Amino acid sequence: MAQVTQLIHDYLRHNKKFPHVYCAGCGHGIVLGSLIRSVHGLGYAKDDIVLVAGIGCSGRMAVYVDFNTVHTTHGRALTFATGIKMANPALKVIVVMGDGDAMSIGGNHLIHAARRNIGLTVLVLNNNIYGMTGGQYSPTSPEGTVSATSPFGQLERAFDIVDMAVASGASYVARGTVLHATMLDGLISAALEKPGFNLVEILTPCHTQYGRKNNFKTVVDMYQWYKKNTVKLENYQKMADVDRSGLTPIGVFRDEGRIGLEVRYAQLRNKLQEQGTCQSSTN
Amino acid sequence: MVIKKRKKKEIFALGNEAVVEGALLAGCSFYAGYPITPSTEIAEVMSARLPMVQDGVFIQMEDEIASMGAIIGASLAGRKAMTATSGPGFSLMQENLGYACMTEVPLVLVNVMRGGPSTGLPTSPAQGDMQQARWGCHGDHPIIVLSASDVQECLEMTVVAFNFAEKYRTPVILLLDEITAHTREKIVVPDPQDLEILSRVTPAMPPEWYVSYEETMRGVPPLPPLGSGYRFHVTGLTHDQNGFPTSRPDEVKSLIHRQFRKIDQFFYDIQLVEELQCEDAEVVVIAYGCVARSAELAVHMARERGVKAGLLKLKTLFPFPKTVVQALARQCRALVVPEMNMGQMSREVKRVNNGLAHVVTNNRVDGQIITPSEIFKNIMQA
Repeated sequence: MAQVTQLIHDYLRHNKKFPHVYCAGCGHGIVLGSLIRSVHGLGYAKDDIVLVAGIGCSGRMAVYVDFNTVHTTHGRALTFATGIKMANPALKVIVVMGDGDAMSIGGNHLIHAARRNIGLTVLVLNNNIYGMTGGQYSPTSPEGTVSATSPFGQLERAFDIVDMAVASGASYVARGTVLHATMLDGLISAALEKPGFNLVEILTPCHTQYGRKNNFKTVVDMYQWYKKNTVKLENYQKMADVDRSGLTPIGVFRDEGRIGLEVRYAQLRNKLQEQGTCQSSTN
Repeated sequence: MVIKKRKKKEIFALGNEAVVEGALLAGCSFYAGYPITPSTEIAEVMSARLPMVQDGVFIQMEDEIASMGAIIGASLAGRKAMTATSGPGFSLMQENLGYACMTEVPLVLVNVMRGGPSTGLPTSPAQGDMQQARWGCHGDHPIIVLSASDVQECLEMTVVAFNFAEKYRTPVILLLDEITAHTREKIVVPDPQDLEILSRVTPAMPPEWYVSYEETMRGVPPLPPLGSGYRFHVTGLTHDQNGFPTSRPDEVKSLIHRQFRKIDQFFYDIQLVEELQCEDAEVVVIAYGCVARSAELAVHMARERGVKAGLLKLKTLFPFPKTVVQALARQCRALVVPEMNMGQMSREVKRVNNGLAHVVTNNRVDGQIITPSEIFKNIMQA
């Protein structure tokens, strides 16, 4: 506990007016705690970290933590982060997005950032709902979700963020939950250390906007749902198809360790400059 | 910045290529963009030139929204960054352009105007984005909009655009048109040492004293690059002087007022125009871009016939050069305003003129340039 208090003093902003915006039972604070423990454990300097966030509850994370922080426009966090990383590859650029940010308005940016394999660590906080705007269904809301804009249950299939990231070419892809906090520390630490585009999907409950309308009487029910319905990937792979129904695997889905675009671009630039070929259509 | 030392030299270049020359002279080392006619050559030449620049980066993004995001990120990381686009791409950029206005991030956006609205006339010139350049993003925001009428000016105004962006910590839009961008002319590339190149002010105080959006006399807070030890918060939310979100009315008011003040108080520095034979003019043509070249010939034709005509060529479009226009409106009988849209500049001229002189509009939206004889006719009838 003493160590946790010390970390809070070291990594949260003293001059920011608390309290924070998160509701009781929200998992976002656990993610922030996990991120801080990972950064601390890896020994990064605060000056070298840029935390880029999108819009929504997850986006507000940037304001509390004492890194270089950029709170961007809705869904565009990855584009800002791409510019920052290409401009200064020495910076450790962490992107925090929600499920609406990453899979809906910023879906195109996610698949292209993954395809480029730009060296970013991306945390997608998936709470299956648009929380800040008052609980409308999101592209990761399970079929049948009752929300402010689907009062009769929504009919669309949910996106699988991990599948999307793997298919798009991300170098490292993992999924964790805020219930499995120690495992989450490991996943985020690994993602921070790997080269290329690294994405961790984090299942985090929103009881206020999602749980209350979808038969989770208390916040604890939601955490218990994670406990019952998630299974480690190694075990999931051993299971028969019939047993997998309704279960969500957690763990590391891809770990290729491919070097990032910013490194490859610098290599190309160095090669060209050594050759001294200054070609252009105007010369 | 340019690896190979360049002396003053003459080249035969497209307007779009001259933009690249100007940008590199100004110290641009980051370009992000998405291909779109008629601005594509800027991206093409940048992709070949920037890898030759110290730490130069070219990146082709997935769309124009992403392009703007990337150059804002690069600028925050300390680079001089730009993008270029046309019509539909300019519309997509408005969202993050507003972010750059709110967070006061220096950048240059070149918009080569083509016929609109929507996909419109992709390969034909127009000047229909003028008011969009001023008011395209939601919310009240100050912005600087420049233009160029020939290839040499494309180079020069790109340098000016970067200087204004850095000096005033603001996005600057350079409005070209398809004709200016696709004209090939001989131009002089100046020696970098002959140019005044400005860079943003970085904080001189230690990090613990740095107040990221401090209310200063100049109204332009210093901007350190990300990762330089000054850890601060950047947000598109209305923020207090420390950069943290606020909705306190006094803090909101002071932020927006300072953003306007920092452009307003340097109006005379930003107002760039060229006057041609205006001293004794009774009829003055006000034009910019390719139309200004037609207007110049029209003024000569009128002078040959003894009509005291003059040309006011606008290089700064916004803030609108009201003091020059007003002085001419007092002096002359009529103002002729030829433009390739339905009256976006004449709207400004009429507002500033406020009944002083007769304002003759001359609009064309068929994808063709306004000819000298057309303007000449309007001068003679004015």
